[in-house]
Amino acid sequence: MQRYIARRLVQAIFVFLGISIFVFVLTHVIGDPVVLLVPFQATPAQITAMRHALGLDQPMWVQYAVFVRGALRGDLGVSVRQDVPALALVLQRVPATAELALAAMVLAVAFAVPLGVLAALHRRSLIDRAALVFSILGQSMPTFWLGLIAILVFGVTLRWLPTGGIGGLPHLILPALVLGVFSSAGITRLTRASVLEVVQEDYLRTARAKGLRETVVIGRHALRNASLPIVTWIGLELGTLLGGAAVAETVFSWPGMGRLAVQAIFARDFPVVQATVLFAATIFVLATLLTDLLYAWLDPRIRYG
Amino acid sequence: MALRLFARSQAAPAPRMPAASRWVPRDLGAGLGLLLLGAVCVLALLASTFAPMDPEGQDILNRLAAPLSRSAGHIYWLGTDQLGRDILSRVIYGARVSLFVGATAVVLSSVFGTLVGIFSGYYGRLWDDLLMRITDVQLAFPSILLSLAIVAVLGAGVRNLIVVLAVSGWVGYARVARSRVLGIRQRDFVEAVRALGASHRRILWRHILPNVLPSTLTIASFSLGGMITAEAALTFLGLGIPATLPSWGGMLTDGAQYMSVAWWLATFPGLAIMLTVLATNLVGDWLRDVLDPRLGTS
Repeated sequence: MQRYIARRLVQAIFVFLGISIFVFVLTHVIGDPVVLLVPFQATPAQITAMRHALGLDQPMWVQYAVFVRGALRGDLGVSVRQDVPALALVLQRVPATAELALAAMVLAVAFAVPLGVLAALHRRSLIDRAALVFSILGQSMPTFWLGLIAILVFGVTLRWLPTGGIGGLPHLILPALVLGVFSSAGITRLTRASVLEVVQEDYLRTARAKGLRETVVIGRHALRNASLPIVTWIGLELGTLLGGAAVAETVFSWPGMGRLAVQAIFARDFPVVQATVLFAATIFVLATLLTDLLYAWLDPRIRYG
Repeated sequence: MALRLFARSQAAPAPRMPAASRWVPRDLGAGLGLLLLGAVCVLALLASTFAPMDPEGQDILNRLAAPLSRSAGHIYWLGTDQLGRDILSRVIYGARVSLFVGATAVVLSSVFGTLVGIFSGYYGRLWDDLLMRITDVQLAFPSILLSLAIVAVLGAGVRNLIVVLAVSGWVGYARVARSRVLGIRQRDFVEAVRALGASHRRILWRHILPNVLPSTLTIASFSLGGMITAEAALTFLGLGIPATLPSWGGMLTDGAQYMSVAWWLATFPGLAIMLTVLATNLVGDWLRDVLDPRLGTS
């Protein structure tokens, strides 16, 4: 187990290194930060002075070293528009994004796992077909369109729920449901497939032959073994959602990280874009790392393999 | 000679095409998917024939006309937008843009990703480690955020949008192609043709590629829908296709602003996206069952 953890940690460090190089190349090599900072009518002399002041006339590797040193200290530059540290702006938005991501995931799991299990246990029944239609439709509907339709129906026409913004449970319901639908479509499919795979196994026949009740056979034996791929999937999905659901957050005016990124892009506020992308990628890497460790803990074949 | 015979006696180097009967879609979903995708392709290709009006033609007096409104002898089947443009015609022309951008991005990402995967799996060692770590890094970025960041640097526009979508999509192909190659590389028939003196290029082209292609095709079908959604999402956020072209994402942007007074503006382009993505998913399911059951059934 310790060797597995060590190997996974080394791998994660390499991924962090790669992420830093990618973001650096994107913001320093492909895009020129100076062009974004100076006014349109700036003279070449002003541009050169700015380049020098920011250290952008240094060799690339020196600039990269400065960038990494800053990032390790939590210094990802200062917002060009708001004159506050970019990372502070991102951190301010984390609670809103986390609230939405967790609510969406709880709804998705609470709905999709039972549906997937029922579909697998009653194969080719009405509920199986309904689960199939739901999972295919759920994965085909663009989140932002579903969001607009939800706003139209529940916000504008029926006036049951607020159409956007943050502030208590009523504001959370629509965005969480809309994001949850997409996630639950995938989870339903995966749960059904995983449960179908384990119900054929011999140990379930043994459990039944021992005279165990069906609920125990399914609950304790089948679900436990079917849960491994589902846990992985949920971990990855949560990692993605925590990175900020840019489009859904924009549709619902939800003040999370995704919306911050979109706003920063339109304001050409590059330090903030950079900080959001770096932060989201870091969260995702940590989420995958945790998921893998959890998986190893749940499945001894990996621990000792 | 013995070696040659041995090589021939081994498993067929290229997978045989599935029997004709397997290509006939057996379930309703596959048939529906093929029909829908075919219809969208025909509409896109022959947009000028099928669209009842000019997608840019404005009829200001009839702006925001509801579906089935009549005016001067013609019917606005799906209503008009805020400039009085016919929604049906714009949805049909929008199919052309969406399919062109989506399909081009799929072709670029699948060719690049498959080549990288084959190269990585076949030559192995340092290349493999390096390329797989690059895919790890890319997978760490939420794809929409990555696309947003790249578009922000490169600028909006159709060409850049295709580049961004292709960049965000190649990883899946590379991973699957690599794992297929790792499975095939050690098989006896590859060893045998190598012993016969076949060059790397010949082995890759004649023996490895045909075994990887079914998976590539299946992923391509699934990812076409994803590309169309991503393109619409980026356009919806104002970073995709310019407003001068009728596109589904752009129509949704307009629709969002007039949501409370004219529901049809956002509803129909969204339905068009949903049906197209649904079609590509159903066709992907069917292709997987026919060509590549190993990708997993559910």
